[in-house]
Amino acid sequence: MAKAVSIQIDGIEVQAEEGQNLVDAIRGAGVFIPSLCYYEHIQPPLGTCRVCTVLVNGKPTASCTATVKPGMKVVTQTKELEDVRKGMVEMLFAEGNHFCPACEKSGDCDLQGLGYRLGVTATRFPHLFVNRLIDYRPERMVIDHNRCIRCRRCVEEVRTEAGKAVFSFVNRGKNTVVAIDYGAESELSEAEALQAMHLCPVGAILVRGKSLARPVGERKYDQPEQGWRKEEEAVDVPQPKPGAPKKVIATTSLAGCFGCHMSLLDIDEELLDAVELVAFSKSPLTDIKAFDRRCDVGIIEGGCCNSENVEVLRAFREHCDILIGVGECAIWGGLPAMRNFIPIEECLLEAYGRTTELEDSKVVIPKHEDLPELLDRVYGCQEIVRMDYFIPGCPPDARHIWKVIKHALFGQPYALTHEEFKYD
Amino acid sequence: MKPATDLPDRRTLLNDLWAIQLEKRHISDQDIKALAEQYQLSEVEIEGVVSFYHFFHRQPAGQYTIYINNSVTAMHSGMGAIIAAFEEATGARIGQTDPTGVFGLYETSCIGLSDLEPAALINFQPFINLTPQKVKALVWQLRRGVPVEQLADPIPQHLQHPLPPDRAVLLRPFLPGQTLKPLLQLDPEEALSTLEASGLRGMGGAFFPAGKKWRMCREQPGGEKYILCNADEGEPGTFKDRMLLQYLPGLVIDGMIHAAYATGAAEGWIYLRGEYRWLLPVLEAAIKAYYDEGWLGAQIPAKTPFRFDLHIQLGAGAYVCGEETAMMNSLEGLRGEPRVRTYFPVERGYRQKPTVVNNVETFAAAARVIELGAGYFAALGTPQMKGTRLLSIAGDCERPGIYEIEWGTRLAEVLDWAGATSTLAVQISGPSGQCIDPNYGDRRFDWDDLRCGGAVTVFNTQRDLLQILRNFSKFFAEESCGVCTPCRAGNFIFTRKLDKLAKGLGRADDYLEIQNWSNIMRQTSRCGLGRAATNALLTAIENFPGYFTRYFNPKSAAGAQPFDLEAAVSDYRQAVNKTLGTIKTD
Ligand SMILES: Cc1cc2nc3c(=O)[nH]c(=O)nc-3n(C[C@H](O)[C@H](O)[C@H](O)COP(=O)(O)O)c2cc1C
Ligand code: SF4
Ligand code: SF4
Ligand code: SF4
Ligand code: FES
Repeated sequence: MAKAVSIQIDGIEVQAEEGQNLVDAIRGAGVFIPSLCYYEHIQPPLGTCRVCTVLVNGKPTASCTATVKPGMKVVTQTKELEDVRKGMVEMLFAEGNHFCPACEKSGDCDLQGLGYRLGVTATRFPHLFVNRLIDYRPERMVIDHNRCIRCRRCVEEVRTEAGKAVFSFVNRGKNTVVAIDYGAESELSEAEALQAMHLCPVGAILVRGKSLARPVGERKYDQPEQGWRKEEEAVDVPQPKPGAPKKVIATTSLAGCFGCHMSLLDIDEELLDAVELVAFSKSPLTDIKAFDRRCDVGIIEGGCCNSENVEVLRAFREHCDILIGVGECAIWGGLPAMRNFIPIEECLLEAYGRTTELEDSKVVIPKHEDLPELLDRVYGCQEIVRMDYFIPGCPPDARHIWKVIKHALFGQPYALTHEEFKYD
Repeated sequence: MKPATDLPDRRTLLNDLWAIQLEKRHISDQDIKALAEQYQLSEVEIEGVVSFYHFFHRQPAGQYTIYINNSVTAMHSGMGAIIAAFEEATGARIGQTDPTGVFGLYETSCIGLSDLEPAALINFQPFINLTPQKVKALVWQLRRGVPVEQLADPIPQHLQHPLPPDRAVLLRPFLPGQTLKPLLQLDPEEALSTLEASGLRGMGGAFFPAGKKWRMCREQPGGEKYILCNADEGEPGTFKDRMLLQYLPGLVIDGMIHAAYATGAAEGWIYLRGEYRWLLPVLEAAIKAYYDEGWLGAQIPAKTPFRFDLHIQLGAGAYVCGEETAMMNSLEGLRGEPRVRTYFPVERGYRQKPTVVNNVETFAAAARVIELGAGYFAALGTPQMKGTRLLSIAGDCERPGIYEIEWGTRLAEVLDWAGATSTLAVQISGPSGQCIDPNYGDRRFDWDDLRCGGAVTVFNTQRDLLQILRNFSKFFAEESCGVCTPCRAGNFIFTRKLDKLAKGLGRADDYLEIQNWSNIMRQTSRCGLGRAATNALLTAIENFPGYFTRYFNPKSAAGAQPFDLEAAVSDYRQAVNKTLGTIKTD
C-alpha cells in the first residue's frame, strides 16, 4: 500500500497516495480536471494533449505527467488556467476536421464531450482545413486522420501478438500524423481491433461494420451525469412592458441548409409568446427581402461560400445591433466546409461536368454577372464580420436558440442543459 | 514509451539509416522492410524514425544532395539568388532532384554557418560565401567529377574578439590533455567542489549550475551512468560550438573526462548534429589521439583511477534533438521527441540511467575551471553570471564571427566591436530568444538582462521585422516534434496568423489574440521549443510598437473584419474562365 500524504489542491489540504498520478488525486478530491490522452496504465504517461494543465508548486504542468509528492501545492481553478485548458480543446478542433454530425463517434467522443463540458461554442483559432487522409487500406479498420488528436494511445497500446507496434507517429512538426502498419494490422483479431477503436478517444479508429454502436440518446455524452451539471431549467418569458415597441429580429440563411431555421420554429407554444415579444424584419420567415428598419438582433445560419453570402452578412452587421451565429456552419463552415479540401476547379467539374452523362458534351459552368461568385473556401461568419454570440449544434436545439435570443434581447440569464448544447 | 531496456536494442538504427542514405541516396521500401526484420520492429516504426529526420529521404535525393540554409541571416544575404543559381545550374527545382537524379536541392534549417552566409552543404561538406557565379562554377566542377571534399571550403575560426590573457577563459592556448594534469591531482569530490565554487552555469540555454548537475548525478545510486555532450547547436544564428569542436576539440573532450571523473560515469557520447558531419574527421582524430595517449579507454591513473569511453553519435537534421531528453531518445534510435518530465536526466536519462547532459561550451569551460582555478573563473563576470560566454555574432555587421565576452558586457559595446551600424533590431539567443531595440536602454549580457544563449543576430534598418518573424514561425512549425498539441498546432496556427498580418488583414484584436495564444502555448507545451516559440514575436511587438501599428489597424476593430473578397474569388474566376465550355465529360 502506498503511503497517504497530504497535498494542497486549490488551497485545501487533502490526502492522496504518494506516487499516485496527480489527475487521479485531483479527481479523488472531487475536483473536475479534464483529460484526453491520459490512460491509467500507460507508463510513463503520454502527456500529449495538455488539456489537464494545472499549476504544481507554481509551475504550469500537465497534471497527468506529475505524481503526488508530500506537501505539493496544486492549483487547478483560476480564470487563466480555465482559459488555457479550454484553448487546448479549441486548438484540437481547429487543427483537425471535425464534422461531428457526420461522425460515427459523435456522442461517444471524449473531445466532443469535453467541448460541451468546457462550453466551447466557437474556437478562438482559425480552422486550419488541412486536407487529411481517410485510410481505407487496413483490412479491418478505417483510419480517419481528420479526427485524430495524436493522443498516442494507440501507438503505445495496440500491439500484435509478437509485440510489434501497429501504429506509429510519422513525420514531425505540423505534419505529424499517426500511421498504421498494414501488415501488423492484419494480424489483429477482431476483438483486438475493436479494443483499438474503443481506446481511441475520438472517432479516428473505426472497425468496418462495427462503428455505429449506440443510437442517439443512449450515447456516452447524451447522459446527463457525464460531467454535466444540470441547472435550473425554463426561463420565464418576460412580459413586454405595455406600450414598449417590439424588439426587431432579422434572420438569414447563408451557406446552410435551412435546418437551423426549421429548428428556430420548433419551439411549440413558446413561438406564440415570441410573436408577442418580437417582430421580424428581413427574414425568410416573413419573406421580407430588404432591411426596412434597424434591427435589435440578426440571426445568421450558415457560413459564407460565395460573394453574395459575404455581402448579406456585411449588411446584417451594418443593420443589426447584435449578431448571433446559429449552428456549426455559421460558426466555422460546418458540413459545407467539406469542400475546403478540394480545389475549386474540381468542385465545379464535379458539379457541372462529371455528373452529366452525355458523352462529348461540353461542360458549361454557369457564369453571369448576376450569379454570386464562389469563394476559395467556405468561411465561418467570424472571419468576415464581428459576431456577438454563437449557438453550436447541427442544428442547435430550439430551446437553446431562444434562450440565447432572449438573453441577448432582455439580458436574461440562460442556463443550458446538457441536452441542449450539442455539435451534432 | 517502455523503458529502453525492454525494447530490442535499436541504438544502431540511426547509423544504419545514415549508411543507407549515404550509399543509396534514399531509404527505400525494401530497406525499411529489411530494417524492420533486423530490429524486430514493424515497418511503420522504422518509417516513423526515418520521417522524423530531415536528412533521411524516402525518395532518391540525388548523387549530390544540396542543402541550402533558410535561416533569416541566409535570407538576408541573398539566399533567393543562390537557390535560383543552383536551380539553373543543376536543373533541379528546390525540394526535388533534377530529372537525371544527379542533383537534389533542398532547403534546411540553419546549418551553423551564419557568419559565412550564404552557405550550403553539398553531400554534407560546407560551402560558404556563395555567389551565383561561385555556384555555377561549383556545379560545373561537380559535373566534371571533382570530388566534393576537394571543393569544400575551409571553415575559418573567425575569432573577432579574444579577451586579454588575464581574462580569457575559453579562447587561450591549449594542448590536448592540458587540463587533465591538474584534474588527476584531485579526487572526484575535490574536482566537483572546484566546479561548484566557480559558479559555472550551463551554456546551452537553461543556465543550470553545472556543478550542481554533476553532483546530483554523482549522488545517484548505481554504476551505469552517462555523460552526453550536446553538440546539436540547432538554434539558428548560433555557431560557437562549431568553432570549439573544430578548433578546440581537446578542450571539450577534457571537460567530458572531468565530468566522468566527478560523477563516476564510464561512457559518454558527443551528439553531433548532422549538419556538422564535416567535423566528424576532426573529432574522430581528436578522440583517437586521446585513446592513443591512454586518456580514454584505458584505466586513467588519477588519484582515484577510472575509465571512460567516448563515442560520437551523428544526428540527422532535427532541431528539437538539442532538447536533452529528445537527444537521449534519438541516441536510443527513437524519434527525437522530448520525454515527459517525470524524471530529471540526472535521475533517469540515457537508457534510463543517471545522465549528465551539457553543452559543448559548458564542458570546455569546466575543463578551464580546473586548469585556471575556481577563483580565476569566479572573479570574472557579474555576481550572478560568472566567467565568460562565447557569442556567435552574425547578420548586418562588418565583423561577424566569434566573440568571447565577460558576463556583464554592454550590448552597445559588442555591437560597436562588431561594426553594426544603423541597427534596427537585435535578436538575442536566436528565434527562441528576444527581439530587442538596441537603441533603447543600456542592455547588458547578464542574468537579469540579456541571458544570451550564444546567438546575437543583427538586423539593420533595411530589414522587414514581420518577414523575419514569419521566418521564425515557419522554423518552429517545421521543427516542432509534433508530440504535443500546443506546439504542433499552435505554431502552425501562428504561421497563418502572420500570413494574415502580412496581407494587411490585421486588426487591433490580433495583438490581444497573439498574447492570449502565446500564453496558452507557454503554459501547456511539453518542452522549451513550444514554450519559447513566440518569444521573438511577443518581444518584437512590445519593443517596436510603432512599427507594428500598421499591422494592427485600429479602424477595423469594430464591425467588419478585414476580408479580401477579391482574393477569395480569384480562384473561381480563374477556374471559370479556364474550363468554361472546354472540358469534356469522360
Ligand atoms: C528545443 C530545444 C533545443 C535545444 N537545443 C540545444 C542545443 O542545440 N545545444 C545545447 O547545448 N542545448 C540545447 N538545449 C538545451 C538542452 O535541453 C539542455 O538544457 C542543455 O543541453 C543542458 O546543457 P547545459 O546545462 O550545459 O546548458 C535545447 C533545448 C530545447 C528545449
Ligand atoms: S465526434 Fe469527436 S471525433 Fe467525431 S467529428 Fe466530433 S469531435 Fe471529431
Ligand atoms: S488514432 Fe485515436 S488513439 Fe490513435 S493517436 Fe489518434 S486519436 Fe489517439
Ligand atoms: S513543445 Fe513542441 S517540440 Fe516540445 S514536445 Fe511539444 S511538440 Fe515536441
Ligand atoms: S491528459 Fe494530461 S496531457 Fe493529455
